[in-house]
Amino acid sequence: MATDTLVKPARTGSAGPPGWRRLLGSWDAILILALLLVVLVATATIEGVGSPRFYRFVVLEAIPIALIALPMTLVIITGEIDLSVASTVGLTCSVLGQLWYLGVTSLPVLIVLSLLLGAVLGAVNGVFITVFGLPSLAVTIGTLALYRGLAYVVLGDRAIADYPPAWTQNAVAPIPGTVIPWFVLVLAALAVVFGVVLYLTPIGRSLYAIGNNAEASTFAGISVLRTKFWLFVATGAMAALAGVFWTFRFASARADNATGLELAVVAAVLLGGVSIFGGRGGLVGVLAAVALLGVLRNALQLADVPANALTIVTGTLLILSVVGPNLVRMARERLRRRRPVTTPLERTSS
Amino acid sequence: MRIRRIRIVATAALAAVALTLGACAEDTGGGTDTGDTGNAAGTIKEGLKVTFLPKQVNNPYFDTSDNKGGKPAVEEFKGQYAQTGPSEASPSAQVSYINTLSQQGTDVIIIAANDQDAVCGSLMEAKTAGAKIVTYDSDTKPECRDAFVNQATSEGIAQAQIKLISDAVGPEGGEIAILSATANATNQNAWIELMKTELAKPEYSKLTLVATVYGDDQDEKSFQEAQGLLSKYPNLKGIISPTTVGIAAAARYLSGSSYKGKVQLTGLGTPNQLREYVKDGTVKAFALWNPADLGYLAAYTGAALASGIITGKEGETFTAGKLGEYTVGANGEVLLGDPFEFNASNIDEFNF
Repeated sequence: MATDTLVKPARTGSAGPPGWRRLLGSWDAILILALLLVVLVATATIEGVGSPRFYRFVVLEAIPIALIALPMTLVIITGEIDLSVASTVGLTCSVLGQLWYLGVTSLPVLIVLSLLLGAVLGAVNGVFITVFGLPSLAVTIGTLALYRGLAYVVLGDRAIADYPPAWTQNAVAPIPGTVIPWFVLVLAALAVVFGVVLYLTPIGRSLYAIGNNAEASTFAGISVLRTKFWLFVATGAMAALAGVFWTFRFASARADNATGLELAVVAAVLLGGVSIFGGRGGLVGVLAAVALLGVLRNALQLADVPANALTIVTGTLLILSVVGPNLVRMARERLRRRRPVTTPLERTSS
Repeated sequence: MRIRRIRIVATAALAAVALTLGACAEDTGGGTDTGDTGNAAGTIKEGLKVTFLPKQVNNPYFDTSDNKGGKPAVEEFKGQYAQTGPSEASPSAQVSYINTLSQQGTDVIIIAANDQDAVCGSLMEAKTAGAKIVTYDSDTKPECRDAFVNQATSEGIAQAQIKLISDAVGPEGGEIAILSATANATNQNAWIELMKTELAKPEYSKLTLVATVYGDDQDEKSFQEAQGLLSKYPNLKGIISPTTVGIAAAARYLSGSSYKGKVQLTGLGTPNQLREYVKDGTVKAFALWNPADLGYLAAYTGAALASGIITGKEGETFTAGKLGEYTVGANGEVLLGDPFEFNASNIDEFNF
């Protein structure tokens, strides 16, 4: 009974015009407009932006971030966080490289083993968080260090780089007839899967419920712990997939691969409008945020903005991402309160 | 810096000749690639876009090599100089910048690679887009670049250090020791072996190597090892530390002890680390390459490639402004030369 009010942000599909109108004022819409604006302005003013090659490079950079952002969105919606993802990428790269070095030459076997490893690493997080009831922030800061340490145990300061050229070329190969890497299709397919789970299944709705009030959700019959456990497993597996892509994209497995990537992922998820306190946000905004950050970074780089200034821009955007959605929400609530009770929007949405 | 530039311009007689010739050519840069047609006259094209991509920006070493070496060189051959790069020394961040440069139609990318493999794919794409690739400081796999400007050979480093310690200790000679990094560091061990070969020469017969100790490139351990050497070998006359961590720690120890000025110290270090010890007499001279010259040579190497003077094949020659003529070695390597000696008379010209 209580779930209906708890899951409000997810349910835009229920009503026709009011839902559409709500979307217009939403953070998702603001992000998509911002993305379009940045693309238009940058294409008009910065040489090189907007060319097919520009998008190829943006997409190549965004793929690992987006792959991990998909499950991370779900994790943060439940009010948890996983900071160990970049170390999971690093450890997967290292194990993958070492297995190849030791003579495992079948690509499917390597990929399956990597994904399994990622799932196990995620499960370790999940066990600590759900079985022992520890806070995910503390647990995954611990495994951030632990998994990176293990990566160094596996590879030390070696780099494994002698993969068959076909593998490394295929990782970044374009969709025939374009320059856009085909791997973006894998990402798109997975985005659809995560989208379906989040928006169209009871599981998805239960994630918002958990994020808003885990205790109430338990009473409402949602298996909070089991849901969280599998989210961490999924996050580990997706990070591992990002690791496989990373290894072959850069043709180099090193223990320090993807160091710091967790911050790029969390930044995109938060900028995407997902509340760090849980219960709010969605995949549309997050994917728009990944694209926005990628386009902005590459465009500014093409405009010869120095690295120091770039980090300032990203930092400002992040602060905006935390402040922005709250401001939008507050403004909307104030508007709603001021309006007469007879507004159609008011009638259907409350 | 301004003084330096004036001096460089003044000494760039060879470059001036090249420039006058170059001025007649119709080219204004823009990313064309006449590299395969050859350019026997050896004139560098004007307007070349030359961009330095160091391991990271805000790094004094690379600011010296790029802004104080590369920039004057590019100005000499009337190109467009730029330095860009990530704020953290990571391969993936560097790849992003390589991609940007290849989109910008940069003629010459001069890169210190954070990973010899990871940057390869994007360098290949940049090559396809028409850029010439020169590596400096840290090489990539040879097939990913057109030339590598090597700062020093192991032989050169070993010879310079033995000569420095011999000069510092004086004609009487005596016992010397080596304070190295870790016991299994490949480059350190190669240098130590070559130093032993060098010591076997008759001119160094009065020098005896009594010990090699390892400070593991940790400041405190190196400090203690230096201390240990002097208590164990009271007749010790000199220490060679071919590692920047070791030489700085040993200098700090010697400078605060009664051995200051009596036990000589040399090795590989940076001016900023050792400035005070050179001035207080603990260290007479030490070696490293001159990063400004490294950047200067890298810029000229890139320009020579982009102008078709060289293609990166062994035996080709080109003129690098004030530094004179260079020959491309095996695997597209261009060797800067002997290590540079820093001492009280020149140390204040450097900031890295």
